[in-house]
Amino acid sequence: MSSVGSGYDLYVSTYSPDGKLFQVEYANKAVENSGTLVAIKTKDGVVIGIEKLVPSKMLCHGSNRRIHHIDTHIGVGVSGFLADARQLITRARSEAKQYRQVYGQPIPIKVLSQRIASYNHVHTLYGSVRPFGCSIAISGIDQYGPQLYMIEPSGSCIGYFGSSLGKGKQAAKNELEKVKFSEITTREAIKEVARIIYSVHDEVKDKDFELELGWISNETNGVHQLVPKDIFDEAEAYAKQALEEANM
Amino acid sequence: MSFEHINFPVFGQVDYFGKQSQQQLQPQQQYTPSHGGKKNTLDPIVTGTSIIAIKYDKGVVMGSDMLLSYGSLARFNSIQRMTKFGGNTIIGASGEYSDFQSITTTLNELVTDDHCMDDGSRLSPEEIWNYLARILYNQRNKGNPLWNTCVVIGYQGGKSFLGKVDLVGTCFKEDIVTCGYGSHIALPLLRKARDDNPNMNLEQAKKLIEDCLRVLFYRDARSSKKIQIAVAGEQGIDISGPIELETYNWNSGEAAVKNFSQV
Repeated sequence: MSSVGSGYDLYVSTYSPDGKLFQVEYANKAVENSGTLVAIKTKDGVVIGIEKLVPSKMLCHGSNRRIHHIDTHIGVGVSGFLADARQLITRARSEAKQYRQVYGQPIPIKVLSQRIASYNHVHTLYGSVRPFGCSIAISGIDQYGPQLYMIEPSGSCIGYFGSSLGKGKQAAKNELEKVKFSEITTREAIKEVARIIYSVHDEVKDKDFELELGWISNETNGVHQLVPKDIFDEAEAYAKQALEEANM
Repeated sequence: MSFEHINFPVFGQVDYFGKQSQQQLQPQQQYTPSHGGKKNTLDPIVTGTSIIAIKYDKGVVMGSDMLLSYGSLARFNSIQRMTKFGGNTIIGASGEYSDFQSITTTLNELVTDDHCMDDGSRLSPEEIWNYLARILYNQRNKGNPLWNTCVVIGYQGGKSFLGKVDLVGTCFKEDIVTCGYGSHIALPLLRKARDDNPNMNLEQAKKLIEDCLRVLFYRDARSSKKIQIAVAGEQGIDISGPIELETYNWNSGEAAVKNFSQV
């Protein structure tokens, strides 16, 4: 293993001769080992779904949450190390609060995303720190409508109609490409997200998982929340049925 | 010759560059009023008048007018003086309006933090009321009070809440709460109405609040007849749109115009 980075992977402040930052790539590895995250932006809202892998049967249902609220109008989904992500969430909350104090209005999603991306980025500049081992999807509604941004350990910040992270990233992307983002309603998107997560779940490698769904739309009055039980059950039933039909 | 009775410098009689004169002059410069001290709110500037509220059988009703006064000048005539906090609480404020705006900002941060926590529990009206009381009491201890009397109403888990906090941090819960002129004029009316009809319904309570605000409009020179009524009950919380009170029409201006044209 010691020959992998040949000494260039010990600090993030040193490039390898072929121009790589190994520490950042390792951070991305941490994300790739995590449960799949799928996010879809529609005309009037955003849905985030996560395949939360359950490490122990003794865990309470709903523990180790991966969807969090940042402000009333913003929510994030995280993939990767949960502890690292909490750092970003805390930072995002204080940025959102500070923006409100200074400008007297809710922080635009783009501004928040860029600030969190900068925070990620400064952790790729010094030998004394390591990059965060997590990627986050920021969803929200502001004066420019619904927004979805993905932020990576490198500090990149990109807006999407639909995107995915984690183990089933590639398979989920193939499914997402079939979605018509300008036609789909947010409620339909919830079902679609649930279906994709069930379809990319690898039952051989990971036995148990818990689906986590968060949404924000006109139906929620522009407030980010976890998907309520009735809609959640409907989406989960749809996803399970679709999976059964595919296996037949 | 002695110059001890002269306490101001006179040319040729004071050693300007000597040690002694410097010691004498410096303290005088330090304590000139222009250096200023700590400044606090000593009186309110833009103010709202009374807020009144009463419990009915299944909730709480609160009423206020929409006037902000600048001293005795009726400065802004269509301003909402009641604000929602979370899904269960409404606070109405009399007194300095900018201080209420500041309170609103602080409490909204509290509500947002509670939303982010998402632990299944929501801030109750009583918790918000208590927090508000701490803010106001803390400020008064700094000798810089937020110049408001706040009335907190709410409804959560089948329980209605009605409480009050004033600028020195005094806080209590009651079935009838009034402040400002309302404590002199509306309170006896509200008490009598409640004694006569202890289980009044929403419509009766709303009418009662409206009637009290009408009396206040007649008697309180800092009030207006444009009012709003807030309700916290089983249907959630709601603040009505502006309501123009029906009042006696004196036609005083009309009479003057008629008499003038006859002359």
